[in-house]
Amino acid sequence: MNDQNKEHHKEVPFRGGGFTHKPMMYVGPIVFALLIAFIQWGTTAGWISNLTLPKPSGVAQALIDLYKSGLLYKNLVPSLTRLFVGSLMGITAGIAVGTFIGLFSLIRAALLPVVAALFPVPKIALLPLFVIWFGIDEGSKYALIALGSFTPTVVATYAAIDNVDRNLIRMGQSFGLKWSSIVRKIVLPGALPGILSGLRISLAISIILLVAAEMLGANYGIGAYVLQAGSLYDLERLFAGVFILSVIGVIINWFIGVIERKLLSWRT
Amino acid sequence: MKLIAKDIFHSYGKVNVLKGIDLEINKHQIVCLVGPSGCGKSTLLRLLGGLEKPSSGQIFQIGEPAKNTLNPLTYIFQDFALLPWRSVYDNISLVLEDHGMKKKDIKNIVDDVLARTKLSEFANAMPKQLSGGMKQRVAIARALSVRPAVLLMDEPLSALDSQTSALLIDDLISLWDREKFTACYVTHNLNEAVQLGHKIVVLSRRPGTIREIVEIDIPLNKRKEHMNELTIKQEHLWNLMREEAAMADKELL
Repeated sequence: MNDQNKEHHKEVPFRGGGFTHKPMMYVGPIVFALLIAFIQWGTTAGWISNLTLPKPSGVAQALIDLYKSGLLYKNLVPSLTRLFVGSLMGITAGIAVGTFIGLFSLIRAALLPVVAALFPVPKIALLPLFVIWFGIDEGSKYALIALGSFTPTVVATYAAIDNVDRNLIRMGQSFGLKWSSIVRKIVLPGALPGILSGLRISLAISIILLVAAEMLGANYGIGAYVLQAGSLYDLERLFAGVFILSVIGVIINWFIGVIERKLLSWRT
Repeated sequence: MKLIAKDIFHSYGKVNVLKGIDLEINKHQIVCLVGPSGCGKSTLLRLLGGLEKPSSGQIFQIGEPAKNTLNPLTYIFQDFALLPWRSVYDNISLVLEDHGMKKKDIKNIVDDVLARTKLSEFANAMPKQLSGGMKQRVAIARALSVRPAVLLMDEPLSALDSQTSALLIDDLISLWDREKFTACYVTHNLNEAVQLGHKIVVLSRRPGTIREIVEIDIPLNKRKEHMNELTIKQEHLWNLMREEAAMADKELL
């Protein structure tokens, strides 16, 4: 004890824990609020010109007008329908084709090059073609959104199937499970996390393509509304439309998060 | 039913893994396969159960398995291979669902194996909630549920800490006392081998050949009382393997 007293005491400094994240719920909304307050101040005071950014209060007013005039509903319903039908077709087909590519060598050899060639094509460039194929009405819009969400879903699905633990599949085989049982009970549930995270990307692309699709021959729709406002340089309405698109994106993301928590609670 | 391997050769591309293996796994016998790492003992086990095809040589089942056997050659894996999205109960029912049984019959079998492995109260737990030892118990219960003729165990205790594996060895010994199962048990742990093996097959380093077969006549449940003899056997096994293990360690893969 005596010895210890004579010697210099120094606590070991803490130097761990460097890269772990802490949840900070309020920071995000505060940043948004500050940013909006800053722009409001700048546009009111005049050092941000009206052509650079609209007044946030003006954007809010445009949103309220949109709602009161009933145009919000009129624009939102066709947009959401297009988004829903188009991405449902694209995602269903994407998961099916991705699963076949993941399971069968022949189909993989046949379709993988096609998908690779299709993936980088800017789908917007194909819109005129789709108008000829599927008509100027809803058909071409569904097709554009479907094709846009199809390719990333295919890639995410077959990659997810490739990543399923081979030991689990070998276990299934060693117990003499039927091929269909192995696919249904081992491969697909194992691929689900990868498929769902692929859906986030596919659906974001769907929203982008929704606006593109409404560029051509759409009277109503959020995309049409945004483009109309843009060509009139009506920044308030333009931003109101962008805000709605953003909200749709956030809701979809939240919805996938809910599904993940529900279906993937087994993950550690 | 017994298993016989005749003149097995196996290679992956240019690498010869097994060379001229002759092996017999008799009924009610636990055969341990030991050898330095990379000697092909796990490969041999995969060949025995038909998960891989030998490059040459044949493997025979002699005699019929019992009538109620659902899967004669059944594996227990080192990494447990439980489906993380299924509960303990559903992991076991998974391997019964393809046999056209009624829900009630499946439930009877699962309840029975859970009771035999003392897991009944964990039927609804998910794998992520279980310790490694419990996971391997579930895997053992799953293997028992198909009433195997031969259990093929691939380093079942290697992923567990030494206390847990000591407990599981006791479980396996009492299980064998009750049911006299037939098994091929791959391990690199010589202590496990002398505690569980009726016959211990020592493989050389790659390409694996059989160096020696050591038989231990002491009944499994009496082995704790004959520690000295076991230690001598284990020492002997280690002497057989020491040089091989040192050489194998220096090989490029």
